[in-house]
Amino acid sequence: MTLPVTGPALLPLGVLFGFIFGWLLQRARLTDTNVIIGQLRLRDYTLFKMMLTAIIVGGVGVFLLHSDGLAAYHIKPANLLPIALGAILFGVGITVYGYCPGTGLAAIGTGSLHALAGAVGMVAGAIAFAFSYDWLKAKIMPVAAVGAVRLPELTGIPDPAWFAALAVISSLALLALQRGRGN
Amino acid sequence: MTAGIETARMSVTRAPIDWTPYLTGTGIGVLSWAAFAIADDPLGITTALSAIAGFAAMPFAGAETVWHNSYWAQNAPSLSYGSLFLVGVMLGAFAASVPSRQFRIEAVPASWRRRFGSSPMRRFVAAFLGGAVEMYGARLAGGCASGHGISGTLQLALSSWVFTIVMFGAAVIFGSYLFGEAETLR
Repeated sequence: MTLPVTGPALLPLGVLFGFIFGWLLQRARLTDTNVIIGQLRLRDYTLFKMMLTAIIVGGVGVFLLHSDGLAAYHIKPANLLPIALGAILFGVGITVYGYCPGTGLAAIGTGSLHALAGAVGMVAGAIAFAFSYDWLKAKIMPVAAVGAVRLPELTGIPDPAWFAALAVISSLALLALQRGRGN
Repeated sequence: MTAGIETARMSVTRAPIDWTPYLTGTGIGVLSWAAFAIADDPLGITTALSAIAGFAAMPFAGAETVWHNSYWAQNAPSLSYGSLFLVGVMLGAFAASVPSRQFRIEAVPASWRRRFGSSPMRRFVAAFLGGAVEMYGARLAGGCASGHGISGTLQLALSSWVFTIVMFGAAVIFGSYLFGEAETLR
């Protein structure tokens, strides 16, 4: 079998990988909107812990795969204005919806009716985006475009140092938090 | 939560740390290896979801309009790896929730009810609007909490780190405004 898989053979993999992702999100309790709102209010660090672990474990593995030519990077371009505006809208949206897109879809599977209402809203938001795309592409998207750059190339600090620093800093921060609340 | 364990620490020598987020995070990290190496398609939600949204737009906008739309022309509505991934997410969460007895029909969550009351309609309208704003933002930025927040950050992409930091900053600030200083949840 040659990798990556292409064509129709990819379709069952989509279901399989999605299944594992949804299963893990539920096991992490992130299909519970109270856990996500708890994170935004800095009272429950489940989401940060999960994401940071995924970034470090995933990042080291993908870095090694890429070094051996077994994986291609998919770097999104750093168009800083649309990214900052989009991130602010996303941050407001996640607070009101109570889910990010992935956990929202997963929560539908666990019986959350308001997650379903929000998913219908996400479809409406996507339609609004598609119909405003020409304007956005002309006026907003190109502003402050820095290109598809990675932090190691930008700073000259090699990949392993970034992951090591991320692991050390986040561990220390989480330890300090735990001490602080006698937990 | 762990106060009881603290006082009842007799035979337990290990520190009372809940390893679940670290284990599931490791699982999602390993799943990322497979997504990159086997599917050549990083974990993400909103690219596929916005393509699917083209189907939803067809009944009122017309199929011609959708196929000629410049966004859907480059991100075409189709039965693809990405759209089946979304189906898998729902199935996987369902499969995990049933044996753990956590499948539960929920209209108004506790975090919302304490602040905004128990009206399901109010919660549904808010969730709809929140979802719409969130999706518009995700598409403007080119990714979501999965596509930027995990898949992009793990590649050390500048775009994804800017997105993730600004997004959490905005969410924490707006969250404290929206939910105030209510008592700790659960």
